Amino acid sequence: MTAPIITVKGLVKKYDDFTAVDNISFEVLNGEIFGLLGPNGAGKTTTLEIMETLRDKTSGSVTIHGLDLDKDPGAIKHIIGVQLQAAGYYPNLNLSELIELFSGLYGVDIKPLDLLEKVALTDKAKAKYKDLSGGQKQRFSIATTLINQPRIIFLDEPTTGLDPQARRNLWDLILGIRAAGTTIVLTTHYMDEAEVLCDRVAFIDAGRVIGIDTPDQFIDNLVASGFERKKQVKQANLEDVFINLTGKEWRES
Amino acid sequence: MTPTQSYSNTKATLAMAKASFRSIIRSPSAVVFSLAFPLIFILVFGFIGGGGIKVDVGLAAGSDTINPVYQGLKKSGVVNFVTEQSAREMEADLTKGRMDAILDIRKNAGVPPYTVNIKYTKASIKNGMFLKSTLDNMMVALNAVPNQTPRMARLRETTVEGRIYRTIDFILPGQLGFSLLSSGVFGTAFVFLGLRVTLVIKRFFATPVKRFSIVLGEAIARIVFGLIGSLFIILIGHFLFNFTLVHGFITVLNMLVLSTLGLIVFMGFGFVVSGIAKNESSVPPIANIITMPQFLLSGTFFSISAFPAWLQPISRALPLTYLNDAMRKVAFEGAGLGDVGHQLLILLAWGIGVYAIAVKVFKWE
Repeated sequence: MTAPIITVKGLVKKYDDFTAVDNISFEVLNGEIFGLLGPNGAGKTTTLEIMETLRDKTSGSVTIHGLDLDKDPGAIKHIIGVQLQAAGYYPNLNLSELIELFSGLYGVDIKPLDLLEKVALTDKAKAKYKDLSGGQKQRFSIATTLINQPRIIFLDEPTTGLDPQARRNLWDLILGIRAAGTTIVLTTHYMDEAEVLCDRVAFIDAGRVIGIDTPDQFIDNLVASGFERKKQVKQANLEDVFINLTGKEWRES
Repeated sequence: MTPTQSYSNTKATLAMAKASFRSIIRSPSAVVFSLAFPLIFILVFGFIGGGGIKVDVGLAAGSDTINPVYQGLKKSGVVNFVTEQSAREMEADLTKGRMDAILDIRKNAGVPPYTVNIKYTKASIKNGMFLKSTLDNMMVALNAVPNQTPRMARLRETTVEGRIYRTIDFILPGQLGFSLLSSGVFGTAFVFLGLRVTLVIKRFFATPVKRFSIVLGEAIARIVFGLIGSLFIILIGHFLFNFTLVHGFITVLNMLVLSTLGLIVFMGFGFVVSGIAKNESSVPPIANIITMPQFLLSGTFFSISAFPAWLQPISRALPLTYLNDAMRKVAFEGAGLGDVGHQLLILLAWGIGVYAIAVKVFKWE
């Protein structure tokens, strides 16, 4: 767990006179779940898309599993899986056919049903992507990241817009993928999610990294500095009430 | 381990083509535009027949032109005189039905002062009949003296053998060409714009697939679909409406080769439109600017020779004109691909021009 699988050094991305990513450096360790946290427009997605080979960088270096992004972006594509924020899928195809298409694009042979089973979508094999529920769509997107059996997967806001049950369901899926040995880099706006999933997180604001550590350490440091919540924290919060009242099992409609 | 070495671009391209083909056949608009529309037009025109008739008449070399018969026909406005061709070319065109009749008026030493030799063709019975009735009416007027010998001119009629040229032989190639045009332009533009705005292409770029695999895969799917559609239209036309296929199977093959070439050129327009259009609703107006003029002016419904003279140069600049022209020559006259080299060359020139623009304006993201 100690060797870095991703090394980002001095990464800069400029659009004309706007600097979206301003000298970011971090390492992602092999087998961990690494979270990029920060407000909208902080540069999380830009950083992610540069690592995913989808966007050119202005300067800096990125090494993924020993491969230099500048020299070998093609080889990097073979060992990563990518889930984009709000990406669509080829129109008029069902889930099995979409997986078949991606298998061809990745140059691998897999059985669509085996993959769909991993994300509990076997009964939707003949359904169109647009007819899935929000949670099912995200699970399918994650399934497409696993087609080439990647070393690393990138998830951009995988749980945005989902209800609490669907969110927990997706957490289980993500933790399962990590347990199988895949390194995961994700972005999220939900701090409870980062706390549950991430081994380490980087806070990004205005294109800069303003801290990297484990969630626990960040919280301990804050408390040690004398921070107190305005309202005393109870043993449970309203989301716990929601789950308790409506049940943990996820509804698909 | 370098997975790139075992990666197959062919496999990726074929996966793209298969996905695209599945998507096309499930898209109602593709099926309606490529099959239903042309078939409806073929049905309508197949049953109604053509409208305003213009008869192409060859004027034999050395024919007298200062006589009242020639002047009368010229003034009638229904005859389009062809004078630039040799006697042999005229005879050939007459047999094929490209020319409706050959007129040769000779001055006589005695009475009547003129002999009108007119040669019709079985390849163009309808236009021939129309010309004959026009001519007969005129002769009655000119010779309107109740005696045995005609006062002005004697009419000598002959008819050459030829293939029957039906309305379907004109309409079907035009509809086929237009079907390929709309499928190439609209289909390609919508697909690539759609893939771009819904970020499908962006997701593809996260895989090792090459750009040319995406374009080639889409093109293969559209061409396969286009050829199935063309074959369907040709066979329906042949078996239901007696569409002429001079050399049978070979003619069909030649038509399919032409369909492929046409489609490739028209897809170039589609790439251009997808690059210019900002969103899906701006595709139809831009695509219509490309397809409508060709729909109206490229001899889809009416022969270009029926258009006013100032319009004809525009018609002769459009690529569909040459595809239609080549299709008709191949289907009805039994021309080989070598015989339509002129048309193919102009299509090729259009192809080069359009793809040069497409490369400049096409957007991936």
